[in-house]
Amino acid sequence: MAPHTPQRSSRPGKAVALLGAIAIAASAFAGEIAPSERRSGYDFMSRETRAMQDDDTANPGMLWVLEGGTLWSRKTGAAGRACADCHGDARTSMKGVAARHPAFDAAKGRPVSLEQRINLCRTDRQQASPLAWESRELLALTAFVARQSRGLPIDVVIDARTQPFLDAGRAAFHRRQGQLNLACTQCHDANWGRQLAGNVIPQAHPTGYPLYRLEWQALGSLQRRLRNCLVGIRAEPYDYGAAELVDLELYLMWRARGMTMEAPAVRP
Amino acid sequence: MASALINVPARAKRGEIIEIKTLISHVMETGFRRTQLGAVIPRDIIRRFVCTYNGTEVFRAELHPAIAANPFIVFSTVAVESGTLVFHWTGDHGFSVTESAAISVD
Repeated sequence: MAPHTPQRSSRPGKAVALLGAIAIAASAFAGEIAPSERRSGYDFMSRETRAMQDDDTANPGMLWVLEGGTLWSRKTGAAGRACADCHGDARTSMKGVAARHPAFDAAKGRPVSLEQRINLCRTDRQQASPLAWESRELLALTAFVARQSRGLPIDVVIDARTQPFLDAGRAAFHRRQGQLNLACTQCHDANWGRQLAGNVIPQAHPTGYPLYRLEWQALGSLQRRLRNCLVGIRAEPYDYGAAELVDLELYLMWRARGMTMEAPAVRP
Repeated sequence: MASALINVPARAKRGEIIEIKTLISHVMETGFRRTQLGAVIPRDIIRRFVCTYNGTEVFRAELHPAIAANPFIVFSTVAVESGTLVFHWTGDHGFSVTESAAISVD
């Protein structure tokens, strides 16, 4: 159990209940997790699931990486160009790219996620149709690009241009939403390490996206995960690619700054 | 698009027990789901996996619904001679994938 979480008493009693209520209310507004206390979702997993992620021949995410490698060098679109024709060897050109997304795009005037960046490249440079969110091809390309950042620290750029979007993401993280009237922070800052039904609540650091979730039996993007959480608190999820989700992605990546990229990760 | 990951030791000593890992991707459909109009979506799964070592079958598995969308199969065999291991997955709707890996035995 996390050391800073309030102790719960099993004894009934007015004073105890009141104290408990105060403690829980206080912890609900706990600040951000101290850098030394930050832990990847990997640390909360079982030994078996960790072994699955660590072994590239057992990690199902590598199937998408493999497919992404094929798509990387396939010519497509009216321009008849492959990703490799401009970017060359992804092992060098794409190193660290996933670790600094969402990144500011001057044409859009706002940060774009890695998936959006890939689709911008498709429409602008390859003159191809954008890939659908959560389609096999987009996940494969994203996983292939993200794989090149494995082991590198998360390093999103926060400057005058991205600061307003970071603030919007932070506000969304702390805003109560949905029929359950919960904010992200109430679980992931205040109650991480405790149980929610059968699962341990992680700290919500997006270190391994796109990742293979055993529950999904498939690879999924961070936005899919965020939409899952929104449904969980009975809020209406934002559409894929919505500005609100990208802002939240930016805040989460900034919150996890310096942590090690592990894409494609495996989660339960 | 189907793709498979295979891990076979490149070299082994004669008589040594070697571990083989295989992982294949597949767009699973359980056969239990229905469309919004109530029609059953036909089952689409991998049904069978066979591994042959220089033509001799060394491992076979029958797969059924509710095992895994992307089956990860680990098994072992004895390294008897240099040659090729062939992996063959077959399934519903004519699904068929064959992969091979070479092993050299000292």
